[in-house]
Amino acid sequence: MEPDALLLARIQFAFTVSFHIVFPAFTIGLSAFIATLLVLWRRTGQDHFHRLARFWTKIFAVSFAMGVVSGIPMSYQFGSNWSRFSEVVGNVIGPLIGYEVLTAFFLEATFLGVMLFGWRRVPPWLHVTSAILVALGTAISGFWILSANSWMHTPAGHEVRGGIAWPVDWLAVIFNPSFPYRFVHMMNAAYLTTSVVVLALGARYLRRGEYPSEARTMMRMGAGMLAILAPLQLLFGDLHGLNTLEHQPVKVAAMEGHWEDTGPAPVVIFGIPDEERETNRAEIAIPKLGSLILTHEWDGRYPGLKDFPPEERPPVTIVFYAFRVMVILGVALIFLGLAGAYLWWRGRLFDTPWYLRLADRSWWIGFVAILAGWITTESGRQPYIVQGLLRTADAVSPVSAYAVATSLAAFVVVYCVVFTIGIHYIRVLMRRGPTGAALEPPPAPEGLPNRPLSAAQDSAHESVREAAP
Amino acid sequence: MSGVDTPDGLAFWLPLVLACVIAVGVALYVILDGFDLGVGILFPFFREEGERDQMMNSVAPFWDGNETWLVLGGNGLFVAFPLAYSIIMPALYIPLILMLLALVFRGVAFEFRWVAKPRHRKWDIAFATGSMVAGFAQGVMLGGLLDGITVENGRFAGATFDFLTPFSVMCGLGLVVGYALIGACWLIMKTAGPLEQQARRYARPLLLGLLAFIALVSLWTPLEYERIAERWFSFPNLLYLSPVPIVTALLAYSCWRGITGPYTSRAFYSAVGLFIVSFIGLMISVLPYLVPFSVTLWDAAGAPAAQIFILVGIVILMPFILGYTVFVYYTFRGKVRPGEGYH
Ligand code: HDD
Ligand code: HEM
Ligand code: HEM
Repeated sequence: MEPDALLLARIQFAFTVSFHIVFPAFTIGLSAFIATLLVLWRRTGQDHFHRLARFWTKIFAVSFAMGVVSGIPMSYQFGSNWSRFSEVVGNVIGPLIGYEVLTAFFLEATFLGVMLFGWRRVPPWLHVTSAILVALGTAISGFWILSANSWMHTPAGHEVRGGIAWPVDWLAVIFNPSFPYRFVHMMNAAYLTTSVVVLALGARYLRRGEYPSEARTMMRMGAGMLAILAPLQLLFGDLHGLNTLEHQPVKVAAMEGHWEDTGPAPVVIFGIPDEERETNRAEIAIPKLGSLILTHEWDGRYPGLKDFPPEERPPVTIVFYAFRVMVILGVALIFLGLAGAYLWWRGRLFDTPWYLRLADRSWWIGFVAILAGWITTESGRQPYIVQGLLRTADAVSPVSAYAVATSLAAFVVVYCVVFTIGIHYIRVLMRRGPTGAALEPPPAPEGLPNRPLSAAQDSAHESVREAAP
Repeated sequence: MSGVDTPDGLAFWLPLVLACVIAVGVALYVILDGFDLGVGILFPFFREEGERDQMMNSVAPFWDGNETWLVLGGNGLFVAFPLAYSIIMPALYIPLILMLLALVFRGVAFEFRWVAKPRHRKWDIAFATGSMVAGFAQGVMLGGLLDGITVENGRFAGATFDFLTPFSVMCGLGLVVGYALIGACWLIMKTAGPLEQQARRYARPLLLGLLAFIALVSLWTPLEYERIAERWFSFPNLLYLSPVPIVTALLAYSCWRGITGPYTSRAFYSAVGLFIVSFIGLMISVLPYLVPFSVTLWDAAGAPAAQIFILVGIVILMPFILGYTVFVYYTFRGKVRPGEGYH
């Protein structure tokens, strides 16, 4: 029997995009963090800001490279695996991604060169500007790709002619109903994720008594950002959910494990959704709270899964659990941020052992929450690839299942090997730490030797020098 | 559909203009990523670590920007000619995936290699193999496309390995040689000392190899496809098109002088010229087909609203993109000197 090309293509997309998003989530936040450090350095002239900026730039470079090489296969997959999708909605989605290339990818890629290799080649102001432009580029990139993705959830500004979506009103396409919510929620998620990593590494150094001044700066910046952004994320998430209830009610019903609309809805804290019997097993629920959250009224009502025919429902179990993972981790981050802010206020941020240990071990939370969020939102859209317009089953390419199976196997092997090693290298860089003296200011631009040192090369040399007696 | 037949309709001009933009994008990709892939292809032939450091440093600030033209090319097709995109990509599935995976290996090598030092050998191999396989796969895709794709009802209807023919394999090898040449010429321009001398030694056979390949394609395609023969060898086309081989010969001569004589950048620019002329030659052979010889640009064109929208973006943004690309090349101008990566 021929394997199922559709299923394989879905697994391939989910696998590759899940790997991809880990790196953008980190680079979007890091680029902004590095730009901030460079600006602080220029303003205060304090060495440790500069050392930190150089240190994080090395890590950024490794992460960015992985973001780029995992992104390029994404953009080609629309054609190779989802050619019917390209045909039906290419007129709408294509230009959005096109604008991403034109406004963001070239900007990021070009100024990345200056940011990584220009330390001694360009005047400091130009170097700082390049870092800011890279950070801006990553945010613009998020803008367009999230607009494209949101359009798939809440299509608008188009009409269907002969089975093909034709754009009619570009502003309505770009600013489709779920876009503002998704954009804010996702970008905030990226900044949050990076803040946790920065906080965690600062805590780790302090616990080991290494790089104290850099570590304190990292902890202050990480905890401060977290204390502000984590509660905001709850607010944005809530607004996002209300918007989804309006446009994709069946997804919300799946997220909540809400089968039947019989009265004010509870919030299901725990349960095991049973799709066959259309109910939750082992349910623990708080009455009426669900109505309050989703309708902002104690007695509000919203549709349950049984209001939709089974073939229109998403896979409830996945959506239900993924959503809970995200929210639990979100609450954990709020705690981490507020506790940090409190300790900071009391002047004990740097010497409270339990907090340092907790922070040290929390670095992964953002990444997992982001993946859980995407799984919620994307699986919640099934069986559609474009809500109400095109079913995932109708979007697949006419390629043989064996070809897809082979390429899937290749992607799994290559990604697991290459990106695991890459993540290991990031840890190596973290272990080496923000060492080295601050750079001398660059000589006059004329008569410079061409000397593009790789960002990571610097640290290789430093570590070799350290190892030498 | 009325506008298609009349040369003045929007439906006539829009696809044509966009096809030109995409063609320029692809040409820029082949030239820019060509030299950094070429440097990767030549990597195994330079044994010393210091030399390899220099080679990599000479392209490190540019490779990401260069590769972005590939994203632009693929996306341009997606936006402007969704039908062609949805036919070509599944048809060239295997070489496409091969290229993407190869690009993963060589892309990460740029950063991984330095972190891994002194245990960086595997990333030297990844960089070289990735560059070679990517170049080869791109050539195979070109050859597979020229060989034609089975299309029924506007969908790809062939088999997975249709792309694999002697012709497409030859194109793959030819492109590897071409990239290696342009990479060698880049090294002549950007490096000094023994590295430069060695690059000059490699460049000569590579140039001859590329010329042999160009000659082979120029004979093979007209013999195989009557349509191409007709385009080139009928009167008066023969007259209009005769500059193409003449310019090729002049550029080849100039490149040879650049390699053997006391010139720094002449060989590189001549090699770029050779690429451009070959590219124009290909366009002459296949236009107006996007999928030779079944789907023309007008058949494949997407919604005019989408094409206009993206064209506006291109007109406004392309000057900026070109501007800062030039800025980066200017910033990192001049030669990377031997040993410099070692301080
Ligand atoms: C919210 C952010 C975000 C999301 C949801 C995605 N990406 Fe991404 N992507 C980025 C944010 C980003 C970035 C921040 O711009 C990257 C990541 C790290 C990087 O190096 O640039 C990037 C790189 C990147 C590149 C390489 C760009 C270059 O050459 O410099 C491509 C082609 C894509 N992405 C394509 C995609 C596709 C087709 C996606 C969806 C299916 C996608 N990305 C999801
Ligand atoms: C970057 C973070 C993202 C993650 C982690 C993610 C995750 C996923 C997952 C898990 C699926 C599979 C759902 C299922 O089949 O049950 C999926 C489907 C899909 N997503 Fe996303 N997604 C992301 C962003 C995007 C974006 C930005 C786009 C487009 C612009 C997109 C387009 C698609 C498409 C076309 C599918 C259909 C294929 C399929 O059903 O597997 N995704 N995504
Ligand atoms: C704190 C409570 C949170 C709530 C109430 C919340 C709520 C939501 C909701 C309702 C969705 C939309 C699903 C949809 O309708 O399509 C969503 C998606 C998502 N969430 Fe959360 N979220 C929270 C925390 C977080 C955290 C901490 C992160 C990551 C650091 C995160 C990352 C995401 C991502 C990446 C998506 C998918 C993209 C999107 O649709 O915006 N969320 N969240």
